Amino acid sequence: MSEATLDQVTDHHDDHHDHGPAKGLSRWLFTTNHKDIGTLYLWFSFLMLMVGGLLALIIRTELFQPGLQFINPEFFNQMTTNHGLIMVFGAIMPAFVGLANWLLPMQVGAPDMALPRMNNLSFWILPFAFGMMIATLFMEGGGPNFGWTFYAPLSTTYAPDSVTYFIFAVHMMGASSIMGSINIIATILNMRAPGMTLMKMPMFVWTWLITAYLLLAVMPVLAGAVTMMLFDIHFDTSFFNAAGGGDPVLFQHIFWFFGHPEVYIMILPAFGVISHVIPAFARKQLFGYDSMVYAVASIAFLSFIVWAHHMFTVGMPLAGQLFFMYSTMLIAVPTGVKVFNWISTMWRGSMTFETPMLFAIAFVVLFTIGGFSGLMLAITPADYQYHDTYFVVAHFHYVLVPGALFSIYAAVYFWFPKWTGRMYNESLGKLHFWLSFIGVNITFFPQHFSGLAGMPRRIPDYALQFADFNMLSSIGAFIFGFAQVFFLYVLIHGIRAGKKAEARAWDGAHGLEWTLPSPAPYHSFTHPPVVTEEEAHT
Amino acid sequence: MNEAGVKRTVRQSLFIVGGMALFAWALVPLYDVFCEITGMNGKTGGPYVYEPASTTPDTSRLIKVSFLTNTHGGMTWGFWPEKGAVRVHPGQLKEVSFFVHNTSDRPMVGQAIPSLVPVAAAEYFHKTECFCFNQQLLMPGEKVAMPMRFIVDRDLPKNVQSINLSYALFDVTDSAQDLVTGGE
Repeated sequence: MSEATLDQVTDHHDDHHDHGPAKGLSRWLFTTNHKDIGTLYLWFSFLMLMVGGLLALIIRTELFQPGLQFINPEFFNQMTTNHGLIMVFGAIMPAFVGLANWLLPMQVGAPDMALPRMNNLSFWILPFAFGMMIATLFMEGGGPNFGWTFYAPLSTTYAPDSVTYFIFAVHMMGASSIMGSINIIATILNMRAPGMTLMKMPMFVWTWLITAYLLLAVMPVLAGAVTMMLFDIHFDTSFFNAAGGGDPVLFQHIFWFFGHPEVYIMILPAFGVISHVIPAFARKQLFGYDSMVYAVASIAFLSFIVWAHHMFTVGMPLAGQLFFMYSTMLIAVPTGVKVFNWISTMWRGSMTFETPMLFAIAFVVLFTIGGFSGLMLAITPADYQYHDTYFVVAHFHYVLVPGALFSIYAAVYFWFPKWTGRMYNESLGKLHFWLSFIGVNITFFPQHFSGLAGMPRRIPDYALQFADFNMLSSIGAFIFGFAQVFFLYVLIHGIRAGKKAEARAWDGAHGLEWTLPSPAPYHSFTHPPVVTEEEAHT
Repeated sequence: MNEAGVKRTVRQSLFIVGGMALFAWALVPLYDVFCEITGMNGKTGGPYVYEPASTTPDTSRLIKVSFLTNTHGGMTWGFWPEKGAVRVHPGQLKEVSFFVHNTSDRPMVGQAIPSLVPVAAAEYFHKTECFCFNQQLLMPGEKVAMPMRFIVDRDLPKNVQSINLSYALFDVTDSAQDLVTGGE
């Protein structure tokens, strides 16, 4: 791959003679334009959000009442597994890569991404990866049913035959992420406009730079884990097979060495987005820019030394349990710095509450709730009670849905005028926000209680005392699901009937992207812009 | 744009990717070494070379060693220890037997995997001979007694008074066809 990549670097200049998009389908298939590719990523992730959401609603329908109503446990397991995999790898991650594609070149004052052809490749392998993974659901024996964490030996000795498709799909997603990350790093490090030093970069650029390095570091580890599974399944090795001298616990260590940084991969770019939206609508500069950068870097570093807090109950020496407990709690410090800075940014600001700001404020509040339940889970002796219960489900949904997903919505509403040249309808946007906000809390807040009361996760049926909380959860899930379909209407309405937007669509927004006309021209900055004090690090 | 810079960044990034890929595979032996050093997972070591002259039993202490047996992964054999527990002095060589019975109507191969608690005692538990060092081939209906000889190290920490040794027996017939065909 390396030679091809280097070739692209040297000769990609030649194919930019035309200065508008090509016509028809070939525009999207062969595009090397960062805006087109960003659009593809964003629509793809929306499609995956709908698919993953459908699976979630199947789960919530079955859990509406105790007993087995609609689906059998085997199919239920496939639903939970694929819901997790599709949302993590198909919805959240590609959405952030899409935002990166759209925004990074504009924010650093570059004409395009550094490696445009590789950019095309890294998007176009994704539909094939997910096509392959979703196709397994229709195969004999069914699709992945071992949980999104695919612990061996569930995913090796006891896996359905289709697991090989799953393994290759994960390989392809990993390759896509690695290529995307290399592209992002190369763009940020080499294509900034003169005068934009590292400590003047917008926060979204900073968070993505660090996220891209996290991806480079952990995606090969994930690839290693699934390759070892492949060998165990087909070539009689025993990496994770105790009978042959391997160890299933080793799988969990390798997986979570990938998995923990992965959760920060899904939240760091969200921190970046929020650090743009809150200053714009508080009409103040971001409070504590430097500390924000160092906080993100510290979180990224700490994410590599906390992985075993996901597996306190597998058996670990006391020293190990203490180490992973304290290192996990340490993450609360830089995260607290960030939350403090966002609140300080709002303090005495002249705030208005347009849709992006509503999502951003909801992010700060609800992500913090998810952070606190994370602290509870970090307490080793308490984790023995919480482990594998709905409390864990409530925790990670609070950081991923009103955390990562809400930040993506904030970003979409915030930069929508820049992308389309039109404003979305504010009333419709607010309706989407309130439906989502109410839906997400009705869905996930009761899960804290059922978890603390002992309801295990990943079960299709449950004891009667959990019936009320589950019914509430299911009602909330359908409200939330409806809100996301409504979001599609808000988008289409905005694209077709929205009012024309100005270059600086929000009066408090700063950054190079707002100096471009709306919609942004096909090629952003053909000549490097001058980085003024006002447009630097908003 | 800075083409040389992009090339350099790509090279550095690929270097990180390659390095982390190697690291992922290196985790496998590293994990074994780590378990061996810390006794994590209660893994006991391989064959121990016993030198009777250098070891005199420490008669001031008596350690209770209990045995647990279980079968895994669809293993149909009977598997049980001769005695549930024995008491030994540290430094004393002791032999116990475990029985296996192939209750099926075909030749099968089994592999026993040991695990020991407390894990802090794992590195002080030495086996000079153990059926777990080899795969076991049993003909249909065959029943054998398998010996296991062990010494509890004299350096066993003072706070350890009892040790539980567990064996999980796995059916490895499919991956050990050589043994089956060679044995017939």
